[in-house]
Amino acid sequence: MWEYTDKVKDHFLNPRNVGEIKDADGIGEVGSLACGDALKLTFKLDENKRIKDAQFQTFGCASAIASSSALTEMLKGLTLEEAEKISNENIAEYLGGLPKEKMHCSVLGRDALEKAIGSYRGESEKKIEGEIVCECFGVTDLEIKRVVAENGLINVEDVTDYVKAGGGCGKCHERIQEIINQINGIQIQPKKKEKALTNIQKIKLIQETLSREIQPALAKDGGDIELIDVDGNKVIVKLRGTCATCSKSELTLKNYVETKLRELVADSIEVEEVQ
Amino acid sequence: MNVVYADNNATTQVAKKVLDEMLPYLETYYGNPSSMHTFGGQVAKNIAMAREQTAALLNASPEEILFTSCGTESDSTAIQAAIKSNPDRKHIVTTRVEHPAIKNICEHSAKNEFHVTYVPVDENGTLDLDYLYKNLTDDTAIASIMWANNETGVIFPVEEIAAKVKEKGIVFHTDAVQAVGKIPIDLKNTEIDMLSLSGHKIHAPKGIGALYVKKGTKFSPFLIGGHQEKGRRGGTENVASIIGLGTASELSKNLMEEENTRVKEMRDSLEKGLLERIDNAIVNGGKEKRLPNTTSIAFEYVEGEAILLMMDEFGICASSGSACTSGSLEPSHVLRAMGVPFTAAHGTIRFSLSTYNTMEEVNFIIEKLPPIIEKLRKMSPFWKKNQ
Repeated sequence: MWEYTDKVKDHFLNPRNVGEIKDADGIGEVGSLACGDALKLTFKLDENKRIKDAQFQTFGCASAIASSSALTEMLKGLTLEEAEKISNENIAEYLGGLPKEKMHCSVLGRDALEKAIGSYRGESEKKIEGEIVCECFGVTDLEIKRVVAENGLINVEDVTDYVKAGGGCGKCHERIQEIINQINGIQIQPKKKEKALTNIQKIKLIQETLSREIQPALAKDGGDIELIDVDGNKVIVKLRGTCATCSKSELTLKNYVETKLRELVADSIEVEEVQ
Repeated sequence: MNVVYADNNATTQVAKKVLDEMLPYLETYYGNPSSMHTFGGQVAKNIAMAREQTAALLNASPEEILFTSCGTESDSTAIQAAIKSNPDRKHIVTTRVEHPAIKNICEHSAKNEFHVTYVPVDENGTLDLDYLYKNLTDDTAIASIMWANNETGVIFPVEEIAAKVKEKGIVFHTDAVQAVGKIPIDLKNTEIDMLSLSGHKIHAPKGIGALYVKKGTKFSPFLIGGHQEKGRRGGTENVASIIGLGTASELSKNLMEEENTRVKEMRDSLEKGLLERIDNAIVNGGKEKRLPNTTSIAFEYVEGEAILLMMDEFGICASSGSACTSGSLEPSHVLRAMGVPFTAAHGTIRFSLSTYNTMEEVNFIIEKLPPIIEKLRKMSPFWKKNQ
């Protein structure tokens, strides 16, 4: 049994705005019979370019119908710029939450909305971009990357709940995990590094980074940098040589030195110049 | 709200008589049947009687009945017993439409040096017997073929298959969880080596099952422990439930005729009533050789979970062959094996009746379901396109 909120049940049993606007300004169709759910969203703008009416037709389970109904309610009165900010999380929140296994229903809503706005703006239907990862449900690596990044997903099951990928034969599980690792790798690795460092290790790593990476780069312009102190995550330095008199030294410090140290030591580092 | 329970292939109501017979073994006679004292030891006699009752339902000998905790345990026991007893054989034959209890242990075995042949079915759910027989080899340790399908109710000719399989010296097992109690079974006159059954499908409680092991069949226990069940299944007996299964077996034997007359008529009325009132509705599986209580109907262009939840508002209980109810996203492997198109598979509902159902309930479903399908179809973007 699925645990649906009262709001989901209400939108399922009494769906709002069922139908198709005949002279719609925007039309978005996503999903298919094979996939088990599909949504056709249509909207009409008023003279101020706000959404006057939005209607849906959905083939799918209770939460797919409820998500579609909720979306049409959310859309009314919005400008397209406001509407395009609606995320799948917003749709789920509007319904008081969806079971994790049903998050793909909210993604269906967002996808239909994007397509509908795209059709209004005259953007040609996007060709399938990226490579198909899940053959059962026709999900590409780009779609998986997006949903992983936007929703902070960490395992294959999550991805299946959000975009269905991996919910069929299961052959693509390894590839999905690779994508998750790839996306999360960028975010997780520095954190790990930070945790693992003791104060002494950190100071050592800062010194190494300065002498190996930063000093040679500054030296090209006749400048130099000296480490004065490390206080927690605050790195206090003194710029020397041409850097000391350069009007752009503040930029160098923040945009280059600090970025480099954050990348290679810890992402909470702040660089300050001793006065 | 009244419950209209039409999901008896999922589980059944415990019969009043079954519960009455069980209670003394929970309240008063709680002794361990293995004990030396009379208080405990006397219970063993009642277990022996339950074994006779269970054997009688299958026309087997009591010593051929092994009590287990459920149908799944019976299935796992059978498969691994055959594998262990034939250590040089590395092949399993089964069907593409088995219950997960068999499907998943076969898939699990396939990861451990076994190869598995899955015999296909046609669009009526009929098994490809030629394919089955062609794939029996010297390397085959066991053929496990279900007696009746849980989703469609389609019955396989397991007695005939068992005879062919035995000719080749291969162990034959059948998962008869859905068949037992619904159609006559006469094991003394078959070549079936092992058969699984489950208590809660025949009005006994959940947590009790049995495995029939034909005399002379090589066996190896699955649960290793005490001497219970003659060393074939360790673990203190679930006494009350065993008594319950015995009583339920006896009741089933007596109700078999009603199952195949009154229940069958109710099923047929339900099917006819729904098909007459709802367009684009198709019965999945051949109607000829089918369990008397089961019908699987595909309502095209709508999704099963939505149908179930709308029926739930009226207290109607059934189940779906669709993606969204099972946690898996694809329609059932049974419907896919039969080649049921996606348009129909996603909107499939299984009704399964029992002797507890009434014609009033059947009429209630016939009255309530058509507007539900209509409402969902009006919402569906595919419906008009296909009219």
